[in-house]
Amino acid sequence: MPKDSGIGASSKRREDVRFLTGAGNYTDDINVHGQAYVFFLRSDIAHGRLKSVDTSAAEGMPGVVKVFTGKDFEGVGGMPCGWEVTDKHGAPMQEPPHPILAQGKVRHVGDPIAAVVADSLEQARDAAEAIDVDIEELTAVIDMKAAAQDGSTLVHDDLKNNICYDWQLGETDDAKVDEVFANAAHVTTLDLVNNRLVANPMEPRVAVGEYKRGTDEYTLYTTSQNPHVIRLLMCAFVLGLPEHKVRVVAPDVGGGFGTKIFHYAEEAFCTFAAKACNRPVKWTSSRTEAFMSDAHGRDHVSKIELALDAENNFVGLRTNTYANLGAYLSTFSSSVPTWLHGTLMAGNYKTPVIQVNVKAMFTNTVPVDAYRGAGRPEATFQLERVVDKAARELGVDPIALRRQNFVTQFPYDTPVALTYDTGDYNGTMDKLEAAADLAGFAARRAQSEANGKLRGLGINCYIEACGIAPSNIVGMLGARAGLYDAATVRVNATGSISVMVGAHSHGQGHETAFPQVVADMIGIDESMVEIVHGDTSKIPFGMGTYGSRSLAVCGSAMVKATEKVIEKAKRIAAHLLEASEADIELKDGQFSVAGTDKSVAWGDVTLTAYVPHNYPLEVEPGLEETAFYDPANFTFPAGAYACEVEVDPETGQVSVEKFTAADDFGNIINPMIVDGQVHGGIGQGIGQALLENCAYDENGQLLSASYMDYAMPRADDVPFYGVDHSSQTPCTHNPLGVKGCGEAGAIGSPPAVVNAVLDALNSGGKAVDHIDMPVSPSRVWAAMNG
Amino acid sequence: MYSFEFEKPSTIADAVAALAAEDAQALGGGQTLIPTLKQRLASPSALVSLSGISEMQGVCVEDDGSVSVGGATTHATVASEAANTYPALAALAGQIGDPAVRNRGTIGGSVANNDPAACYPAGVLGSGATIRTNTREIAADDFFEGMFSTALDDGEIITSVRFPVPQAASYQKFLQPASRFALVGVFLARFADGVRVAVTGASEDGVFRWSEAEQALNTSFSPDALMGLHVNPMNMIADLHGSKDYRAHLVSVMTKRAVAACS
Ligand SMILES: Cc1cc2nc3c(=O)[nH]c(=O)nc-3n(C[C@H](O)[C@H](O)[C@H](O)COP(=O)(O)OP(=O)(O)OC[C@H]3O[C@@H](n4cnc5c(N)ncnc54)[C@H](O)[C@@H]3O)c2cc1C
Repeated sequence: MPKDSGIGASSKRREDVRFLTGAGNYTDDINVHGQAYVFFLRSDIAHGRLKSVDTSAAEGMPGVVKVFTGKDFEGVGGMPCGWEVTDKHGAPMQEPPHPILAQGKVRHVGDPIAAVVADSLEQARDAAEAIDVDIEELTAVIDMKAAAQDGSTLVHDDLKNNICYDWQLGETDDAKVDEVFANAAHVTTLDLVNNRLVANPMEPRVAVGEYKRGTDEYTLYTTSQNPHVIRLLMCAFVLGLPEHKVRVVAPDVGGGFGTKIFHYAEEAFCTFAAKACNRPVKWTSSRTEAFMSDAHGRDHVSKIELALDAENNFVGLRTNTYANLGAYLSTFSSSVPTWLHGTLMAGNYKTPVIQVNVKAMFTNTVPVDAYRGAGRPEATFQLERVVDKAARELGVDPIALRRQNFVTQFPYDTPVALTYDTGDYNGTMDKLEAAADLAGFAARRAQSEANGKLRGLGINCYIEACGIAPSNIVGMLGARAGLYDAATVRVNATGSISVMVGAHSHGQGHETAFPQVVADMIGIDESMVEIVHGDTSKIPFGMGTYGSRSLAVCGSAMVKATEKVIEKAKRIAAHLLEASEADIELKDGQFSVAGTDKSVAWGDVTLTAYVPHNYPLEVEPGLEETAFYDPANFTFPAGAYACEVEVDPETGQVSVEKFTAADDFGNIINPMIVDGQVHGGIGQGIGQALLENCAYDENGQLLSASYMDYAMPRADDVPFYGVDHSSQTPCTHNPLGVKGCGEAGAIGSPPAVVNAVLDALNSGGKAVDHIDMPVSPSRVWAAMNG
Repeated sequence: MYSFEFEKPSTIADAVAALAAEDAQALGGGQTLIPTLKQRLASPSALVSLSGISEMQGVCVEDDGSVSVGGATTHATVASEAANTYPALAALAGQIGDPAVRNRGTIGGSVANNDPAACYPAGVLGSGATIRTNTREIAADDFFEGMFSTALDDGEIITSVRFPVPQAASYQKFLQPASRFALVGVFLARFADGVRVAVTGASEDGVFRWSEAEQALNTSFSPDALMGLHVNPMNMIADLHGSKDYRAHLVSVMTKRAVAACS
C-alpha cells in the first residue's frame, strides 16, 4: 500500500499552488522604491582590444544616473573561480582575471563593456547606444584543438598559452596503458563531440542591488541556486564587503539547471552600483542576453579507446578530451571536466586500467560551467557510446557485454579515485528489461518496418556521483569551498516547525519533500512543517543546490537537527511524565513511557519548552537545533535506460517512441517528485541528443542566439516515459539511505537515444558508427548517405 | 523598442492615409514586427494597426467559387473558416507556429513579409492566388521577388488574397527543429489545367515554383513521375539545420508526399 503521508508518500507539491496560480515571488517581481535600471552594453565582437570607451555623450542623456566602464572597477576584485585544478605536472591551473566590466580586451560576444544606470530601462538603452566604443578586432580563438597549438592567438595575453590545465587521472604510467592496448584482443576507438548547450531556464537571470546608507547594509536579490555561496564569493573576493553587512536573497527561482549556481558579474555590479548611485539598481536579463551571458554547458571533444580481451572483458580505457572553458573561468568551471568527469570514467564496469586526459581550453566563447549532470553526462556519453560500438564490432549483445563487465562486489574502489559504496547493476538491468518489455521489441520493430520506418533500441547504463564530498577530500583536490550543508529545525511553541535549510529549491520540490521527512520522524502532519530557504538573513548557512545534493547532504543535516530536537523534547517529556528519559518513546506525535499508557502530546511538550513552568532545571528553554552535515562520501545512484526510436529513412527524422528508465536511488522520500525529476532530466537529455546545439562560427559569432535556431525540446518531442525505481540499494553512509536523483535523467538518456538511432540505421543496412549530437534529421540523412 | 505613434483606423482609406506619413508602417498581428521592434532593428514613426478594419477580416467564397481571405485575417481564422472550402489552405494555416501565433498573425503580414521559410507564400504561389491591395491586383507569380522582398510599394496594403480552389491540394511541411518554420515546405495544387508546385524554406531566392516537377506531374500525376528529378542544390539555403544537398533532397521527398496525399 502506498503511504499517504510522510516518507514514501507521493505528497502533492505544495509549492505548485503558488507557482500555478501566479502567486510566486520571483526576483523580477521584486521592485524596490526608487530603483534605477541598468543596461549592459555588450561586445558584438568575439575578440578585440578596447582602444577607447567614450561615455561622455551617454552621461548627458535623459534619465541617466551614472555610466560605468571597466575603469570604475579597477579597485575591486574580479569574478573568482572556486576550484583550483592542479595539472598533471603539479602546476596550478592558469587563472586569468575576470573583471566585472571588460578591461583592456573583450573576449566573447556578450562580454560587458559598459553599464548605464538610468531611471528607466529604455533610457539606459538609449544612452548605451550613444557610447562610442573603439575596438581593434583580433583573431577569434574558437576551435579548441587549434587553440592548443603553439603560436595560437592568446585569449589572455598574460598566459603562456590557451591551455588552462593539462590534467590526468588514473594510470599515470603511459607505457603500462600502451601495453594493455597492445596486448588487447580487440580495441574500439571513437571520436566524438559532446555538444555545447545553453541551459535556458524559463526565468532569465535577474539581480536587484540595494544599499542602506544609514546602516551601511546591502541587500542583493538574485536568481541563484546558492545565496550563501554568492554572498561569500562576492564579499570575500569581489567587492571586499563584510559578510554581516550583506544579505543575499534568492526568492522563487524559475529553474536553474546549474547555470544559476555561479556568481555572475551582474550580481556584483548591481550591489556595487547601488552604493555608487545611492539608489537600488535592477537588472533583468533579456533572452538574447541570456544566450550570451549565462554560463553554457558541456562542449567537449573526445577520443576514447576501449581495450577488450579475447573473452570480451574490458581491460583498459583511455580518453583524451579537450574541454572548452570559454573566455573566463566561471565559478566551478574548472572542476567540471576534471573531478566531476574523469572520476566517472569507470562507469558501472570493473575495467582495471583507466587513463583520463583532459586539456581545458580558453576560447573566445561564453564561459562554460556546470549544467545538469556537469561532467558526468560527458563521461557517460563517451563510455556508453564506445561500449555500444564495441558490441556492434564484436557482434555481441550490448546488454550481455555490459552485464559481463559490471561491478558486482561493493564497496568497489575504481581506478579513477572513487569508492562505490553500494549498487546492484544486474538487478537494475533486470528491472529495465521487464519494464521496457525488451522481449516485445522485435514485434515493435516489425510493426515500424511495415510503416516504412526503421526502429532501433538503445541501451545505456550510468553511474553518477552526487552530493560531492567530504570537504577535507575535495579541499585536497582543489575545491576552495566546503561541501557540507546546514539546517536549523525551529519548533514553535504550538508545535509547528520551521526548517531553515541551506539547500535552495528552484523547482525540485524541497518545500514538499523535506517536511515529509521531519513530519515522519516526529509523527505529525506534514502541514505542520515548513521549509525556509533562499535568504542568508534567515538561514544559518548553506552551500545551495547542485550536483543532486540537497536531500542527501542538506536533508541529512535536517535529520541530524531533528534528532537533536527529538532528544531534547524527550527530556522535557520525561520530566512531564515523571519517567526516565530512556523509557520515553515517540510515535505518532505522542511521547509515551514504554510499557505504560502514560503519554504526553508533541504540542504539550513544545509548549512546555517555551512556557517552562513545570520544567527540568538542567534543560535550556526553547526547542531549536542546528546541525551541519559533511558526508563521508558521494552517493552513487545508478541505472539502466532503454530508448526506442523510429527513423524515417527518407528524411532522417528521428522520433523517440518509447523511453524506459530503471534507476536505483536508494530510499525514496516522495516517489512522484522523484519520477518528475527523472522525467525532466530525460527531457533535457533527449534535447541534447536530438535538438540542442549552441554553435559559433569561426569569427566567434553565436549562430544559435535565439529560439529561432536553438532548438529546445517541446512536449511533442518526447514520449510518455516509463520509470521503475524499485531497484533500491540504500546509500550506506547517510541517515536516510538516499541518493541523488536530480541529474540522472540528463546523464543517462543521451547515449541511449544515440545508441538507438545507430541501431535503427544498422538494422536498415546502413553501417553507421557514430553521429554527433544533436542527431538532427540532416545529420542522420548525411550519415545514411555518406 | 523606440517610441512610436499608434493608430488603429477602421477603414482601408483611413489606413492608407495614415500610412502616408513618413516612416509609418502597417501592423498586422505583430508576430514578426513586434520582435523586430523589441530588438531595436526598426524604428517606424507610427504603427498603423490593420486589425480594426472589418472589411479586411474573414474568409468568404466568391461568385466564381474562389476563396477570398481578408488581409487582416488571422491564421487561426483561416484554419477554421476555410476548412471546408479550401482544406489544404486551412491545414497550412493550422500548422503555422503555435496557438498564440495563429491567433495574432495574419495572412497579409505573412505574405508581405515573405520570409523565405514562411508557409503562406507557398500556399499563395502554389495556388496561383491573386494578391489584392488598396490600389491593384497582383498575380502570385509576379508578387514574390526573393527573400523578404515583394512587389508591394511603400504604404501599399494587402486587403485580401483570392485563391482559386484546386481539385486537390496538399501542403507538406518539414519542420526546422528550432523555429518550426519550414525547413522545406511544398504546396502542391492540382487544377483542371495543370499542377502547380511551390517550394518554401529551401531557396536563397525565397519561395519558388518547381517547374520540372510540374511538367512531370502534368504528364503523369504520381509520385513515380518525380523519380530522378531534383532541384539544383546550388541555390538552396545552407545553415545549422541543413545543407544545400539536404534541402534539395527534402524538396523531392516533400513533393512526392504531396502527390501521394492528393492521389
Ligand atoms: C513563434 C513564432 C512561430 C512562427 N511560426 C511560423 C510558421 O511556422 N510558419 C510561418 O509561415 N510563419 C510563422 N511565424 C510568423 C507568423 O506567421 C507571422 O504572423 C507572420 O510572419 C507575420 O504576420 P503578422 O500579421 O504578425 O505581421 P506583422 O508582424 O504585424 O507584420 C509583418 C510585416 O508585414 C507588414 N504588414 C502586415 N500586414 C500587412 C498588410 N495587410 N499589408 C501590407 N503589409 C502588411 C508589416 O508592416 C511588417 O512589415 C511564426 C512567428 C512566431 C512568432
